[in-house]
Amino acid sequence: MSETREEKVARLARLRRDGGVLRDYHAARWDEPFIWELGAPGQRGVFVPLAEPEVTEKVGAAADHIPEGMRRAAAPDLPEVAQHQVLRHYLRYSQMTLGMDLGSDISEGTCTMKYSPKMHEELVRYHRCADLHPWQDEETMQGLLEIVWRTGEYLKAISGMDAVTFQPGGGSHAVYTNACVMREYFRARGELEQRREMITTIFSHPCDAATPMVAGFKVVTVMPDENGYPDLEAFRAAVSERTAGCMITNPEDTGIYNPQIDKYVEILHEAGALAFTDQANANGILGVARARDAGFDACHFNLHKTFSSPHGCEGPASGAYLVSEKLAPFLPVPVVVKDGDRYRLDYDRPQSIGRVRGFLGNWMAVVRAYAWIRSLGPDGLREVAEISVLNNNYLDNLLTAIRGVSRPYAEGHRRLDQVRYSLQQLKEETGVGTEAVRDRMVDFGIQSYWMSHHPWIVPEPFTPEPCETYDKDDLDEWAAVIKKVCDEAYEDPGFVLGAPYNQTIEKMARLEALEEPDQWAFTWRAYKRKVLKQK
Amino acid sequence: MSEKPFVHPYIPNAAPATKEAMLRELGLQSVDEIYAEIPERLQFKGRLDIPEPILAERDLKRHVMELLDRNRSCVDFLNFCGAGCWQHYVPAVVDEVINRAEFLSAYCGANYSDLGKYLTRFEFNSMLGELLDLDGVANPIYDWGDVAGRAFRMARRITGRDVVLVPGHISPMRLAEIRTLCQPEELPTSTKIRFYEWDRATGMVDLDDLRRKLGEFAGRVAAVYWENPSYLGTIEAAGADIVRLAHEHGALAIAGVDPITLGVLTPPGTLGADIACGDIQPLGVHMHAGGGCSGFIAFRDDDPIFAQECPLELYTVLETKTPGQYAVAEAIAERTSYGSRDQGKDWVGTASGLWTIAAAVYMAVMGPQGFREVGETCIARSHYAAALLAEVPGVSVKLSPHFFKEFVVNFDGCGKTVAEVNKALLGHGIFGGKDLSGEFPELGQSALYCVTEYHNKDEIERLAAAVTEVTA
Repeated sequence: MSETREEKVARLARLRRDGGVLRDYHAARWDEPFIWELGAPGQRGVFVPLAEPEVTEKVGAAADHIPEGMRRAAAPDLPEVAQHQVLRHYLRYSQMTLGMDLGSDISEGTCTMKYSPKMHEELVRYHRCADLHPWQDEETMQGLLEIVWRTGEYLKAISGMDAVTFQPGGGSHAVYTNACVMREYFRARGELEQRREMITTIFSHPCDAATPMVAGFKVVTVMPDENGYPDLEAFRAAVSERTAGCMITNPEDTGIYNPQIDKYVEILHEAGALAFTDQANANGILGVARARDAGFDACHFNLHKTFSSPHGCEGPASGAYLVSEKLAPFLPVPVVVKDGDRYRLDYDRPQSIGRVRGFLGNWMAVVRAYAWIRSLGPDGLREVAEISVLNNNYLDNLLTAIRGVSRPYAEGHRRLDQVRYSLQQLKEETGVGTEAVRDRMVDFGIQSYWMSHHPWIVPEPFTPEPCETYDKDDLDEWAAVIKKVCDEAYEDPGFVLGAPYNQTIEKMARLEALEEPDQWAFTWRAYKRKVLKQK
Repeated sequence: MSEKPFVHPYIPNAAPATKEAMLRELGLQSVDEIYAEIPERLQFKGRLDIPEPILAERDLKRHVMELLDRNRSCVDFLNFCGAGCWQHYVPAVVDEVINRAEFLSAYCGANYSDLGKYLTRFEFNSMLGELLDLDGVANPIYDWGDVAGRAFRMARRITGRDVVLVPGHISPMRLAEIRTLCQPEELPTSTKIRFYEWDRATGMVDLDDLRRKLGEFAGRVAAVYWENPSYLGTIEAAGADIVRLAHEHGALAIAGVDPITLGVLTPPGTLGADIACGDIQPLGVHMHAGGGCSGFIAFRDDDPIFAQECPLELYTVLETKTPGQYAVAEAIAERTSYGSRDQGKDWVGTASGLWTIAAAVYMAVMGPQGFREVGETCIARSHYAAALLAEVPGVSVKLSPHFFKEFVVNFDGCGKTVAEVNKALLGHGIFGGKDLSGEFPELGQSALYCVTEYHNKDEIERLAAAVTEVTA
């Protein structure tokens, strides 16, 4: 029995509404061998330019220019595969990757999986962006420098801060930069020996705890109160003359905006400490609230989250780090400055922390962020924020109606850009926890959701973030999938625990390799030695 | 809310009917009711001071392209600058794969739905491990300087010692990154950097001075670090000796390596290095003004301590319920900052995943033959360029005759500074070598030139003719 196009669309809409079976989906499964299992000796994927006869005649054999003992004896055991076969292999792997563009990536909360406009890719692939050398003369990079400078001005307007660097290669890297800038600030004041503690909160990203540790600070973590806010009294008690500063997310990963955030900053400032806010979750407050207005001395934005640069299988990314006037001298070198109608790189900054990265940073992400901001303007940016919080509250309404799902903390308060939910009830009543739900939801063509950073303060957590990219149908579908899987858990928990069924592969086995030294294999050569017991 | 004359193509639910329906469902009049969660005093009441939007995609593209067209690229010009970011040819098939929407847009999806990403990552690790002759390869992060600093901290944790010996001709930029990671020395948790000498005539490390330093800091040296090729381009001949000396003193040996050399040069694993680090940018990644850089850490895996102290994510191959089917999953994840926050090993974050995919495709198309040939061509053409430049009156080539693709060109004899020469070369459509006069004053007016397989004989001769003209 065949249905018409109209009937099919109506059926899918009905199913979404009723939480029934959704898409008839199956992930690509190519049964693809590893690259080294393809091809044959003598095959190759590309010809390489060879030295011309005149060159060889003048300089002799290349091997003669390699010192004794430094000539590679045995060729590396790399694949020998023709070009089409290499291409096809990795295209198949790409098909076995759902990514964001194909699926519904409301799932990866804290990651702001928004649409990355395709035109921006044409910009960054253009040779006058992709094929620039970082040491080439500044006069030949004026266009790029102008884009970076202007983007910095926009982010200063959005955050209220006074100075910016795009050197960090990701959000955590920007947070690390902050720890180093605060360290240098107190070092310059002769207070480093005294101020050795950095405060963070448990719902702030792990990097807010880990990077100050790397910078040499002792880390003090404040736990939430019954509303999910960092406990104000515990926070006050943690601040002392030993405190260098605080590195805190707001809204935190729970999606809860801390209404007293400026009080926390005041407590820090009264103690002579500094305040940084990790703005990985800034998407819901663009044009709505500014870090500087709450008193913060520094903040960052993830250009690969909030400002649309694609995530690229976890980078390259860009963390824009912004500071107030008093921290500006400590920014890493170089800083882009405008002199009249020219732009240049300023290295002459004696109080700078030095570097957190070589060269300039991942400026292709800045080019994309520039284009994105220019495509939206001031009202468009505010609209991004408004729709992202509207989407989140709409989805919240659907999810909290599902049996087994709960939303801990701050009852009666609305969340902004995302929510951390709990499947504790589902786990208690069915034995199906959040990991099992995650592995089942992908059977419907929906990306696996982000659960939570560790530790799991919220039990059996999951954290969707339905940013402005997603339309109402996407939200309905996402909620329907969660409802479907929860219903399945109540009906047949064993079925959910056996998932996935429609995925690239069957359920993983030999999980002891994740922890056992004689079982883990980070490379194929290690696998051959340890598991296959080959010489 | 202000009046909005358009529904933006990136914001579907801004369509008035949809938005109203959603608000109605929530019993709200306006999104401002949600923003009531932010106290009035913390709300921004102004309008952001950024320009009005450029709505049409065609107009926006024109606008940004006009800005980018103020740049001159290494396609417009001949580029002979390297020094940490190198112009090698990127096969088209590499760009084809990394621009696939699935790879470009993926992030942290879990093992099943994003399996292809993890398989590619495992293949990258495996092929890089073959080049390096090391069993353990971690997921790369920002760049060479970053991973060198992390490798030093890793050595400190493994040995419980606090000094790392570094050759004096390390790149100052790389060193700046390392110093930031190793902390100011007044902090008790800092890792101390101490230098050993290098031979100003050859560019090789000074083994006698290394012995002295190992003696001077006896019992405190966590690792000896060396690079191959060195920042100044020379192929280090004493790698095996450095490893032996380090091990004799209970220290680890850490090699900094450019992996594109490893079709022809002895890999760090063969030399006995415990840890290797370096940058994968030469392996099929466009320079992006330095944004193409991505640092790797690799290590011996005959002792689990190396994996356990590695700060970066590690992925192991696994089987599934179906025989012959493989999966890839993160191993010993507790160890990272994602697993243990400030109790973890350093930190991890969004790194450079797309570049590892590029490098995987690159290594696969190049194969053993391609790596041998690219190494031989780099050596031959860079030596050809050096020979031609050495024939220019007043110009000389310094340091060892053993170099891979970079070499030091000195302009003292022509009475011109590198800055002057490079400015003049711009008029010939050429980016000259990296100016070393500030970084290594003892080398006089010298520049670090880079010649790879990218440049053919005619282009090298164009360089030599231009240098002859501008130094005359």
